[in-house]
Parts: sequence; C-alpha cells; structure tokens
Amino acid sequence: MKNVLLIDFGSTYTKITAVDVDREEILGTARGVTTVETDITEGLNQALKVLFSQTGKLAFDKVLGCSSAAGGLKMVAIGLVSELTAEAAKRAALGAGAKVLGVYCGELSEYEIAEIADLKADIILLAGGTDGGNKEVILHNAQMLATLHQDVPMVVAGNKSVAPQIVKILSTEMSEVEHTENVMPKLNELNILPARETIRNVFLKRIVQAKGLDKANKMVDRMVMPTPAAVLKAAELLSKGTDSEQGLGDIMVVDIGGATTDVYSIAKGNPTNATVYMHGLPEPFAKRTVEGDLGMRYSAVALLKASGAKMIADYAKASESAVNAYIEKVEGDIDYLPQTEEEAGIEIAMGKTCTRLSAERHAGYLETYSTPCGMTQVQTGKDLTEVKVVIGTGGVIINNAEPEAILQGIEFDSANPLTLKPKNPEYLIDSQYIMASMGLLSEEYPDAALRMMKKYIIRGNQSWT
Amino acid sequence: MENSKTKIVLGVIGADCHAVGNKILNYAFTAAGCEVINLGVLVSQEEFVNAAIETNAKAILVASLYGHGEIDCRGLRDRCQEAGLGDILLYLGGNLVVGKADFTLVKKKFMDMGYDKVYAPGTLPDEVIDDLKNDLSKRGILM
Ligand code: B12
Repeated sequence: MKNVLLIDFGSTYTKITAVDVDREEILGTARGVTTVETDITEGLNQALKVLFSQTGKLAFDKVLGCSSAAGGLKMVAIGLVSELTAEAAKRAALGAGAKVLGVYCGELSEYEIAEIADLKADIILLAGGTDGGNKEVILHNAQMLATLHQDVPMVVAGNKSVAPQIVKILSTEMSEVEHTENVMPKLNELNILPARETIRNVFLKRIVQAKGLDKANKMVDRMVMPTPAAVLKAAELLSKGTDSEQGLGDIMVVDIGGATTDVYSIAKGNPTNATVYMHGLPEPFAKRTVEGDLGMRYSAVALLKASGAKMIADYAKASESAVNAYIEKVEGDIDYLPQTEEEAGIEIAMGKTCTRLSAERHAGYLETYSTPCGMTQVQTGKDLTEVKVVIGTGGVIINNAEPEAILQGIEFDSANPLTLKPKNPEYLIDSQYIMASMGLLSEEYPDAALRMMKKYIIRGNQSWT
Repeated sequence: MENSKTKIVLGVIGADCHAVGNKILNYAFTAAGCEVINLGVLVSQEEFVNAAIETNAKAILVASLYGHGEIDCRGLRDRCQEAGLGDILLYLGGNLVVGKADFTLVKKKFMDMGYDKVYAPGTLPDEVIDDLKNDLSKRGILM
C-alpha cells in the first residue's frame, strides 16, 4: 500500500484526493475552503479532517499539489506580429496553465507599459522575431519593460540572436530573467514547449512563494504546477497513453467555471479531407484555450452578450425574458443555485452555450475559394471532427444533473459546417473531479494515473474499461 | 551560419493555387544562397507583410499566375509602408493579367503600384537572382 495525497488549491476550494497507487484506487476525496489570505494549510487541514472522517487516519508517502489560488498564474505575453510571435507567446502561456491578462505586439509604447504595470502580472513572457529575424522590436520592448519599475519575473523566448542582450537589459531591473528557445524559431514554426517548461520552473521558484503558497510546504512535498497545466498534462496522458498502457486517442476536455471556460484538445487536427490546404500557424498537439467572457456567474452577462438570449432560450425551451431575468439574478448573486425546473433548464442551456461558443473558438474552420475548376478549401486551426471522446470536468459540469446536455454544445453543427467540431463524440464525465490530481500523479506514476483515469472517468454509470 | 543568410519571402498571392513555379523559385533561390521563407500558395498580402516583419526579410517575391494579379497585388507597397517595412524590395512575376497584353504596359501598371521589378511570363530564375544581387548590393547587402 502506497498512499499519495493530491491537492488542488483552487480559487475557492482546496480539493484533495487520496489515492492508493499500488491498488490504483481512490481512497477518498474531500474539500475545504481555500485560505490563502491567512494560512493555506488551514483549509487543507479542514479538508483532511473531512477526508479522515470517511477513511480513518491515513499516512501519505507523498503529497503533491497544484494551484490556481490567489488569482492563478497571471501572465502577459508579448510578441512582434499579432498573428505570429504574439500568438505563439500567448499559446505558450496558456499551455503553461496561465491566465493571460494581456497580449501585446509591435513596439510597446509608454501607455502600454503603464497598462502592463497595472495588470500586475506574475510572469511576463517576451518574444518577438524569428531566430536571426527582427531584433529591433524585441530590443526596444526589453528597454521599455526595464522602465516598468516592477520586479516581475521575465521569461525571454524570442529571436535567439539578441537573447543575451535582452537578458542583460532586463537584468538591470529584474531579479528573475530566464531565457529559453524561441517560441517561433522559424516563420510559422511553433516551438512552445521550452517556454512552457521555463514558465513552470519560474512558477515553482518564485510565484509559489510570492503568493504565500509555500506555507503549504510543511505539508506538501512539492507544489508541482498551476492547475490548468495539471489538467492539460492529464489529458495528454489519457490521449497518448504510456508504453505499457494504451491511451484513448484524440480527445477534448471542457471545464466551465463561473468566470471562464477552458477547452483542451489533444489531437493533431490535420485535415480529414485530403484535398484541403492547411493555412496559418501550426497548432500545438496539446492545446488549451480560455474564454474570459464565457462563464456561469461572473461572466454570465458577458456570455449573454456573446450568444444573445435566443441561443440560450432555444436550448432551454424557455422565453428570452426568462433567460434575461435569470442571468441578471445570478450575476447579482453568484452563489445562487437554480430553484425551479425552468431555472435548472436555463442553467444547463447556459452551460451548453459556453461549451458551444468556446469550442467554436477553439476548433479550426474551413474557408472556401471558388475557382473556375471547382472549389478549393483552406483550413485554419485544428480539424476536430474525428475526435471521439469529450470529457467534462470542473464543478459546473460534474455537479449538474445533466452534464452530457452541457457537453453537447461541442457537437458539429450542420448549419455551420465550416467549423470543425467533433461529429460524433462520446461523452465522459470526470465525476469525482480527479483530472488535475491525475496530472499531478502522472509526474511520478504515469501508468497508475492513466489506468485510474480510465477507471474513474465515467460514461453514464459505467466505467470506461 | 544559417541565420546570417539573406532572407527573402516567397509566395503565390490571392486565391491562386498554381504551385509549380513556386517550387522552382524556392529551389533556385535557396541554391543561390538565400534563406527562402516560402509561404506557398494562397497567400494574402497581410501574410507576406507579417512574414517579412518577423524574419527581417530583405525582399518579397510575389507570384500571380491565374490572371487576377491586378486586384490581388494592388496595395501591397502601402501595407509595407504601414507596417514599417518601408522600401523593402518587392518583385512580382507570373502571368499577371489575363491573356496576351502588351507587357510594357502591364509592367508600367505594376511598377506604378510600387513594385521594384516586374517580370514577364516565363522569366527564368537566373535573371531574377542576378537582379536581386544587384539591388541588394546597392543597399549594401551581400546575398
Ligand atoms: C498546371 C496549371 C494549372 C493547375 C495547377 C496545379 C498546381 N497546383 O500547381 C490547375 C489545373 C489547378 C490550374 C487551375 C487554374 N488555372 Co491554370 N494552368 C496551369 C498551367 C497549364 C501550367 C502552370 C505551371 O505549373 N507552369 C510551370 C511553371 C514552372 O511555370 P510558371 O508557373 O509560369 O512559373 C515560372 C515563371 O512564370 C516564373 N514566375 C512565376 N512566378 C514568379 C514570381 C516572380 C516574382 C518571378 C520573378 C517569376 C515568377 O518563374 C517560374 C519558373 O520559371 C498554366 C499554363 C502554362 N502553360 O503556363 C495554366 C494557367 C496558368 N492557368 C490558368 C487559369 C486561368 C487557371 C484557372 C483560373 C482556371 C482554369 N482555366 O483551369 C484555375 C485557377 C485555379 C486557382 N485558384 O489558382 C491560365 C492563367 C491565365 C492568365 N493568367 O492569363 C493559364 C496561363 C492557362 C491559360 N493559358 O489559360 N492550372
């Protein structure tokens, strides 16, 4: 028997999962309130007490943690051209599990520097120029960032030719400047893994402490990564498998929250139709996007603005005025839970709308050029039509009575056939909320983490295997 | 060293899918010692400009084969200026207009749009490579 405790310090709750790695079983799960303002171990102890009341007192061989407490990992991404290195930098930050507060391109102005200063990012990622390409702009931007007068940890991942100069300029003002490989070494060539890794290291070295999460160190062996990075890692493992255990192939994961909706796809996303041309930036195999305007509470009004009342009302089979009224209610009272059947229906419809819009933005799309010799189609982004497994995780989905109805928003829409969403997926629910934990566990026990996900992430009432 | 080579951006503009000439030019300019950033077919003006900005390219070689050159090529110089690329070399070739028009007139039309060199259909790469060497050396750049 080898017991491991996995902790997710969330923005509101500290969620813990105790597993027996040898038997590949969950011993129990529990939660407490996140107490990062005072001492983060208070909430953890509270959760442990609940856990032990179910399981009896347990000893742990290892304790691993991830965190999105204290605002998560907040980042600013800077590049040169908005569709190229700035986009690559943004994707690297998202892949590292960050909340991206702002993306900047071109030469930074003093106004933008003031804006960046106000954003109070935990880490700034500076990119720009392909290797041997443009140097002037990233040099200018480094000089401008040195006038921030904030000691923000910096990750430099731009044109390698000027990396030493950039590091020198920034080091005059900042105490933590790490450089790594360019996020775009050649035009249209995406290389975000080194930046992702460096961001994670800086997070562990600096941010954990700055946010007071290190108080957990007396109980936690290692604070491994930001929570979304743990989910991404779990999803990647579940998709690819290990040497000894098969994965599920291409998958997508949806996590709806009060403020944002996260979508993950683990898939190459190459065209499923051989005559289609690929266009634009290549896509990361493990891709995460976050929609800041799609959420169930803090972002409910923004969601309504993005979708219009009709979409939600149609899904809910309710009137638009009922939808408007409900959204006004939950925006004013974020702890509100549906009280009537109609409200429950609207709640599900809101979730389905979050799924739909976030998936539409995440997935690739086709454009058709008509030529005298027929149609030519061009694909930008990932073709996810053949993704067969969609997983729902996070409180909103797993606590809902009809999680599948919420996830159905991901489905390919024949009225909008150019958006390449999954055509015939099966829905699985992370009903015990273990994905982030399994991402942590996979750091040391990938096979066990994979098999446990296959066992505990369920389809209806049956387990996967 | 790969990165010290002169960089040029190459592509076929607009909704044009003719890929063969593009491959030949890519091969010829690479052999001549350039680092070619080949955007392939179906390239928008914006993509030409963005590629040149990130890579610090010294020239953009635009091809148009399918007869809509006039519509597709207009405004590229303005975009370059707008993006801070200023007087970057712009070369243009292919079958720029439909049918067999008087090439001196065709050439004038496109030169007036701000292209530095405009080539007749079927021009061989060697001629273009020589021109590029000359134009770059006038700007103090060795190819
Ligand atoms: C093969 C071909 C196709 C193939 C293309 C396959 C592919 N993916 O490449 C297909 C069947 C798809 C096709 C489609 C069309 N085609 Co077509 N096609 C041809 C054809 C027969 C050969 C083109 C070729 O590959 N040539 C060989 C290469 C090596 O030569 P090149 O492209 O001219 O390039 C050389 C030079 O021009 C120069 N060069 C080229 N670009 C540049 C750029 C710079 C900067 C410089 C300096 C030099 C330079 O260097 C190259 C090497 O020497 C030509 C006719 C012809 N014989 O040229 C018609 C032709 C180009 N097509 C034509 C047309 C109209 C079309 C269509 C619109 C409709 C149709 N009639 O089928 C569609 C358009 C599709 C689209 N959206 O692009 C016309 C264009 C008319 C015009 N401009 O006045 C042509 C000339 C045929 C004709 N006489 O009507 N086509």
